[in-house]
Order: sequence, then C-alpha cells, then structure tokens
Amino acid sequence: MKKKTLFSLSSPYREQLEVIGYRFGSGRKALAIVGAMRGNEVQQMYVCSRMVQALKKLESEGKIAEDCEIMVIPCINYYSMNIGKRFWAMDNTDINRMFPGYNLGETTQRIADGVFSQLQGYEYGIQLASFYQRGIFLPHVKLMDTGFTDADIMKDFGLQFGIIRKPRPYDTTTLNYNWQVWETKAFSVYANATDEIDVQAADEAVNAILRFMNTRGIVSAQTPPGYVTLILNESNTEQIQSESAGIFFRQAQIGKTVERGEVLGRIYDPFDGELVSEVRTPVSGTVYFAYNSPLINAKTVCFKIIK
Amino acid sequence: MVRTIASIPLAVHEHLMIQKRRIQNGNSKTRLSLVTGTHGDELEGQYLAYMVGSFIDEHIEQFDGILDIYPALNPMGIDSIMRGIPMFDLDMNRVFPGTKDGTTVEVICSSIIDDIAGSDVCVDVHSSNIFLKEIPQIRVSVPTAETLMPYAKMLNVDFVWVHESATVLESTLAHTLNSRGTKTLVVEMGVGMRITKEYCRQLFDGILNLMKELGMWKGETAAVREPVLSIGREVGFVNSDEAGIFVPCADFGDNVKRGDHIGDVLDPLTSQVVEKVQAVCDGMIFTLREYPVVYGGSLLARILQPKKEGE
Ligand SMILES: [Zn+2]
Repeated sequence: MKKKTLFSLSSPYREQLEVIGYRFGSGRKALAIVGAMRGNEVQQMYVCSRMVQALKKLESEGKIAEDCEIMVIPCINYYSMNIGKRFWAMDNTDINRMFPGYNLGETTQRIADGVFSQLQGYEYGIQLASFYQRGIFLPHVKLMDTGFTDADIMKDFGLQFGIIRKPRPYDTTTLNYNWQVWETKAFSVYANATDEIDVQAADEAVNAILRFMNTRGIVSAQTPPGYVTLILNESNTEQIQSESAGIFFRQAQIGKTVERGEVLGRIYDPFDGELVSEVRTPVSGTVYFAYNSPLINAKTVCFKIIK
Repeated sequence: MVRTIASIPLAVHEHLMIQKRRIQNGNSKTRLSLVTGTHGDELEGQYLAYMVGSFIDEHIEQFDGILDIYPALNPMGIDSIMRGIPMFDLDMNRVFPGTKDGTTVEVICSSIIDDIAGSDVCVDVHSSNIFLKEIPQIRVSVPTAETLMPYAKMLNVDFVWVHESATVLESTLAHTLNSRGTKTLVVEMGVGMRITKEYCRQLFDGILNLMKELGMWKGETAAVREPVLSIGREVGFVNSDEAGIFVPCADFGDNVKRGDHIGDVLDPLTSQVVEKVQAVCDGMIFTLREYPVVYGGSLLARILQPKKEGE
C-alpha cells in the first residue's frame, strides 16, 4: 500500500486540506474508488476505509492481479465533515457539481480539477454515492447512461438491482458523468445510509466491490455469493409522494416486497394526532428507497418501488 | 391583487407559498413580469420590487397593461438567509422547468414557469452573492443574444455580458422561459445580503423605460445609459492563488492596465502580504470581491478588456 497526498489546498485559518489516496498493486490503472465528496457522507467514507482494509489484506496475500493498480480516495471534503456542513464550508458549493474542474477557477473547481487529474486513465471508477433527500436505500448500483459504459457490467457487483439513469442537465458536472466522458467506466454504489454508519450495508457494499474486482480480474477474493442483478431503467421505478404533511411513520422496510394498494406509511397531524393520510403503493414491487425522517412535507418522495 | 401561485403544506402548520401581485390598468394586455428572490441571499431585487410597485400604484392612470411582481421565488430562503431552498439545499436555478407531478421544489418551479410564461418580457433580478459586487449588468447567452439585445439596451444597465451557454444552465428560469418564447433578461447587480439604493434607482429607471417602449407606460422617463457590450471583448478573471484576507486598492468601475496593483492577500497571523494581486489584462473592473476571506481560487475581480484593434 502506498499512501499519497493527491491534492492539497491551503486555508487561511485551518490546517491545509489534503486529499489522500491509497494505492494498491502496480502497473495499469485498473480501478479508482472515491468516497465522501460531501460533509455528511460518513457511510461513504466508512465503506472506503473498509476497502482499504480489504485491499491491504489482499495485497499482503499476493492476491492483486499483476499489472493492476487500484486507488482508494476515502474522503475529499473532510473540511465540511469536521464542522458539520454538507457542502464546501466557505461558499456552500458542491464539489460533485464542479467536474471536470478548472485549475485556474474557483476553489471547488480547483479541488475538482486536482482530484480529477489523478482519477483519469483508470479503466473502472466507483463512486460511493448519496442521495440529496434524507432516506435509506437498498444497496444498489447506478449507471449514468452516457452511452460509454455497458450496463451489463453492473451485474458483476452481484447487488440486487442495477439502475440506469438518463442524465439530466445538472448531472453533467458530476464525477460519474465526467469520468465516462474521459473514458473510465463509472458506477455509483449506494450503501444505504449517509450521515450514519450502517455496518451491514457497508459489508454488502464492500463485498459487492470485491465481487466486481474479482469478476473483472483485478483481484482474486473470496466473497459470499451475490444476487443475479436485475438491470432496469430508472423510469421503471415508481416514486411515491406524500399527499399531506405532518408526522411520518414508516410501515414498510427497505427490500420488502409489497402488493399494489398496500399501506407503506401513515401521516398524522402534528398537533392533534389525527391520521391525515395513508401512503399506499400504486404498484407491486420491491421497496428500494424509504424516507426516514419524523417530519414530512407534502409532495415529498417517501418511497421508491422497483416494479 | 395578490395571488398565490403555488402552495405546498409543510410538516408543521404552515404552507410554502409563492405569491405575486398583479397591477393592471387600461385595455392593453401587454404583460411585464418582474421576478426576483430566487436566491435567498440576494436582496437588491426586494427594494426594486417595492419601488416599481409603489410608483405604478401612485401613477396608475398613466399605466396601461399588466405588471406582475414576484418578489420572492424562494421565500423561505430569504427568510433564513439561505441561497438555496432550506431543507432541500437546492439551488432553484438548477431545477427549472420542474414538473407538475414532481416533488415540492419541482412542483413550485413548474407553477412559476406556467404563471410567467406568456409575459411579453420577464426581468429576473439577481444580486451576485455575498462574495462579489457587480455593476448593474444583464447577462444573456449567445443563442438568445439577438432577440434579447434590444430589450437589454432599454434597461439602463452599465454592461451587457453575452456568455457561452453551458448544459448546466439549461435548468435556469431564464433558459426555460426563453426556450418557451418568453423573453427573459437576467439582471445581476450589487452584492448579496445588502440593498444598494443607487443601483435600484438605476434599474428602476430602466424598467420604466422598458415599459414605455412596450407601450405600458405613458408618463415621463429618464434618459437611459448606453451599456458597454461584451461582444468582441474578452473578460479577464482575477482569482486568488493564496489563502488569506483580500484588501483591494482598486475600485469598482476603475479602468486598469495589465499588471496594475489592484489589491493584496494578507495573513493576519504572520503579518505578511502573501499575494500581491495584479490586473490580468487592461480594462474595466466590473466585478470586485466584497467578502474578504479568500482561499486559493476565490474570485477577486473580473475585468472587461477593451475592444481589440480592427474590430
Ligand atoms: Zn442569483
């Protein structure tokens, strides 16, 4: 293992920011794994730290394939993490909306550029991603469909679902999108939580990434058997929104198979406790996202169902 | 008349409401929409909205048409000094056009677009952010420049910046409305969290002049200034390379020469000047940093270069 500072930035009032990369094996750039880009992505950083542990072991056992180099960047934006913010502390910009970056531009553009220059040339790229809404996900893998990466490769993770997303204008400045423009086959892995650590989901994500590396010939690792991944378009998922606002109680757990018409959650008036609405699913399928905050506004996504 | 164009129940005993006021007089159906408050930390438009609305109220007999004033597209952001929408941390100008059956922010964006669409002209007033101060200017993208330039020149701004269009900007209010045939001009002026009376006054004259040109205003107007156009000129960006406190020694609107000393980045701990900041080109400073704390990369100034010889 080689630990290296990939990018640094001085601060007027704090210790210098250092983006650290851990390299394993040597030779051809096979895979890069990126963790937290936002200050609340603790689970994403944790999964990367577990990958560092796993790869250290594999390396000492000589199980990294010849002519393969793997790099792990557990955390880019720990400045925000240390002060409880989500985006760049100074100007509230999101590093994952600054790619490919610009070395003469604004601060977060410079960070994106500094990191991205180190992330280019890898055959595969994995980002531990989070969702902008508060909620929990069934571990799954997502591909931003730019036409570059073959969606079937997602099967190698052995997760239950592989979702293909059609990029929207605001996706064009993310790491995942730009990785593919620069010809790295890029995937986003969702490991359930964001600002909390979910060890079981992290285990699943670590195993999925090891499985992927195994199948792709990057390492030889023992992993528990995975799922036969169902690959589907995001448009084939059903988003269920709250019709009213109040206190939210979730009935359905992540991964549950539900029938059309089933009650997945209930919303109560926050003052008098009356039931104001039931959240029912209009389709049968598997719950892969659930809102998990006690208060809910109207028109909030409370569940996503894979039909 | 005040109308609510979107209303979404919040968790505890409150609605997120987007409101507008319609002032209507005479027979003309010509409609101007004055929109502001997309970014909760930008307040110049608040005073401008008041100035225009109260003036037309007082002189309603000289007004013929429809004026829709939308002072706060992001009311909760303004209320809590947040640029984005609180709870979602989303920049509204990355969510347009939104969808009718989408989530809270998407529904709001879609209602706003549906309500403004069909206006003859829409003016969307921004005030930079808390970091930078801008001279009153209009920004238009290259594809819309030809259509919008005549209107931009009516608005009494100092500068019209024609910029390249980027995919990420397709989610702005202005792009959405322009692509649906509603002429929308984006104004940037002043600085975040403050009101600059002279700029509001300047744009007020511009709005009155625009209404006169549209046939909506029959009263007096002041002469408007001819804006400097960015066409055929380059914009020079001065970014800090060091971290510290930026103290400018040049002023806003100054004409500078390449290499001129325009400020310093200082370190208050070591008492050192860590960077002497120089103009990257000849020209006029039209953006200047207002917030002193800087990192490497922080934008300090923008300079509009003179027209190249022979053009
Ligand atoms: Zn703005």
